[in-house]
Amino acid sequence: MGEFAGYDMPLYYKEGVLKEHEWTRSHAGLFDVSHMGQVMVTGKGALGFWHKVTPGAYDKIPDGRAKYSVLPNAQGGIVDDLIVTRLGPEKFFSVINAGCKDKDIAWLKTHLPSDAEMDVWTGRSLIALQGPDSENVLREALGLETADMPYMWAMEMQGLMVSRLGYTGEDGFEISIPDDRAAAVWDKLLAHSSVKPVGLAARDSLRLEMGYPLYGHDIDDKTSPVEAGLQWIIARDHDDYIGAETILSHLHNGTQRHRVGILLTGKGIAREGSELRDLQDRKIGIMTSGGFSPTLKKSIGQGYVESGFAETGQKIFVNVRGNNIEAEIAGLSFVTAKTKSMKKKAA
Amino acid sequence: MPDMKYTQDHEWLKIEDGNVAVIGITDYAQNALGDLVYVELPKMGRQVKKGEHFAVVESVKTAAEVYTPVTGEVIGVNDNLSGDPELMKKSIEEGWIAKIKMNNPDEISGLMDKAAYDDFLKTVS
Repeated sequence: MGEFAGYDMPLYYKEGVLKEHEWTRSHAGLFDVSHMGQVMVTGKGALGFWHKVTPGAYDKIPDGRAKYSVLPNAQGGIVDDLIVTRLGPEKFFSVINAGCKDKDIAWLKTHLPSDAEMDVWTGRSLIALQGPDSENVLREALGLETADMPYMWAMEMQGLMVSRLGYTGEDGFEISIPDDRAAAVWDKLLAHSSVKPVGLAARDSLRLEMGYPLYGHDIDDKTSPVEAGLQWIIARDHDDYIGAETILSHLHNGTQRHRVGILLTGKGIAREGSELRDLQDRKIGIMTSGGFSPTLKKSIGQGYVESGFAETGQKIFVNVRGNNIEAEIAGLSFVTAKTKSMKKKAA
Repeated sequence: MPDMKYTQDHEWLKIEDGNVAVIGITDYAQNALGDLVYVELPKMGRQVKKGEHFAVVESVKTAAEVYTPVTGEVIGVNDNLSGDPELMKKSIEEGWIAKIKMNNPDEISGLMDKAAYDDFLKTVS
């Protein structure tokens, strides 16, 4: 067991991280992510609240649509990243990071208007089921029919909040469950022959292959969403959110550094904190996550480099224990996402 | 195996010809590391000092330095490990990392034998 954000978490179960990683990509992996925070914001002021605390827009999206976003600070840095789901014009569900829970809740409360209420769901567990067999497993193990549910979509079903999204790049779901039912739901899912439990270590290697940022490592209160390559979460048509001045300036004027993918072409494994250097051995950035990709059987990572070195294919060195290992800049995503379409099927 | 010695950092040593230490990592270390994906091997002929790291074993989750408890010269390197680090788990014959010709074979006298190492493991797990 490892300690993570104050929780005892299994880094891996009995088969080990490589097998768990591969099982998730080929079948369905079951993750206990109950350490994450869940909040419900309701009321007339809820929509305006989310427009204030994130750079996203939620007024033109349908009820049920989930969006990835960040909570910027006043300087345009990132307090946390999160998922915001519009359940109705005055009802929003959000999942936040474990390590940021207290900080986020305090931050959100500070900005909560008098005509909105925030309910922190402390009595709920969160289970992620990820992998190509997930839809079948939900049907066969729980009787939940999700065939018509698009990617980045949530529905309340059987008293569970079922969201079709995740942190692996596979089709899959996150399911919010009242604590008193959580063990029974976990056991039913685990009893399915396509399902194996997966720990935090594979959760990290799976997200690393997709280029998803991990808060506190790849993004933090000093990185703007533009530097982090998250321009796509910034709404075009509003500019009155916290941190907008810096974020819009970065968007229009460019930034000094960019988050990029890094592929090692030489031998070795590079991890968080490794210096990135140009071919003249000058420091040009730092690796913020790195490790072995079970899918590619290569060492991959992500980090920040000076803008002039951010082009895909740019040759660089990664310095590991004093040795320069050959590497190149790559796209953030090393494995093609297999998530479903976001389009809702016609009724 | 009377010629096996162990360290508190979970390396094993097999003594050959009186002055050559074949070094690898124990089952305990292998299990703690999990799936092994890369080994940084020392160069042939490198002079290593007692207590310094001469190899790095990388698993999916972490990197672990391998220390030498003896001073001497690297006279053998198990190159098979670079293609297949999981070989380390198979056996001493296939899973050794390096052979060190000891300057002072008396250095091994302070190391644990099998029984002492087994007792030591009870205190760490």
